[in-house]
Amino acid sequence: MDVTTGWYLVLGALLFIIGGVGLLIRRNPLVMLMCVELMLNGVNLTFVAFSRRLGDIAGQTVVFFVLVVAAAEVVVGLGLIVSIMRRRPDVTADDLNLLKG
Amino acid sequence: MIDLAVFAVAALVCLTGALGVILARNPVHSALMLVMTLFGIAVLFVQQEAHFLAAVQVIVYAGAIVVLFLFVIMLLGVDSHKSLSLGSLRSQVIAATVFGVGSLALLGTLIVAVDQPVTGESPGGPLVAGTPDITSLARSLFSDYVYAFELTSVLLVIAVIGAVVLARRSAWEELPAAEPDPSDSTGEES
Repeated sequence: MDVTTGWYLVLGALLFIIGGVGLLIRRNPLVMLMCVELMLNGVNLTFVAFSRRLGDIAGQTVVFFVLVVAAAEVVVGLGLIVSIMRRRPDVTADDLNLLKG
Repeated sequence: MIDLAVFAVAALVCLTGALGVILARNPVHSALMLVMTLFGIAVLFVQQEAHFLAAVQVIVYAGAIVVLFLFVIMLLGVDSHKSLSLGSLRSQVIAATVFGVGSLALLGTLIVAVDQPVTGESPGGPLVAGTPDITSLARSLFSDYVYAFELTSVLLVIAVIGAVVLARRSAWEELPAAEPDPSDSTGEES
């Protein structure tokens, strides 16, 4: 039994779904950021699988960019969380409504 | 046959880690489970002959991003915050159930209805015969995608400056004797 591209696509989709469910179900901002990472990794797996299947290196190049953007996102997100949690230690994602008019 | 075994083990590791991230009560356990998932994905990258991306995955994700997560968790204090171990709201559970069941149903329908990609031909050989993936990746990155590459560097500079500004302002308001802020190293890490 061969491992075909479809198996990788299904695994990537499952990772994306698990990450999405976690993003909806958790209230801790840190764990929510980790769930975003899970979703990004599911998409990365899909890109690499298609890159191999179609014989096109562009898929791997996109994964490279996703890695960089994920790093930037984590840096800014964690900076925000640290500065908010310092001021209000018991904050959850529901309490972050300071920008609401 | 060995392909199947490697895929099965790596997929199991990935899914276990992913479920661990969203189910663990303790955020430290979530971060460690995330490392497990990332390693599984790196193995799958190797299996698909994306060796450079597998190395970058381990170095950047497991080496930098997860360490940042653990760093911030420890900085905020795991035990001192009630919110870190709070349960979910009822509406959240409903939304997550709807999303999860709906997406799984969609995925199942796709697997049943479109069977060609799932059971179709096995993937071909290396992308360009005789060329390592890092060579063709670099060629594509610095020719076709060179503008995107430059924009990425701008994005990184913006992220570093943003992290420094965020950290600086909170240190300025609350701690007059400005101690070196940990979030500064956050910015340089990327």
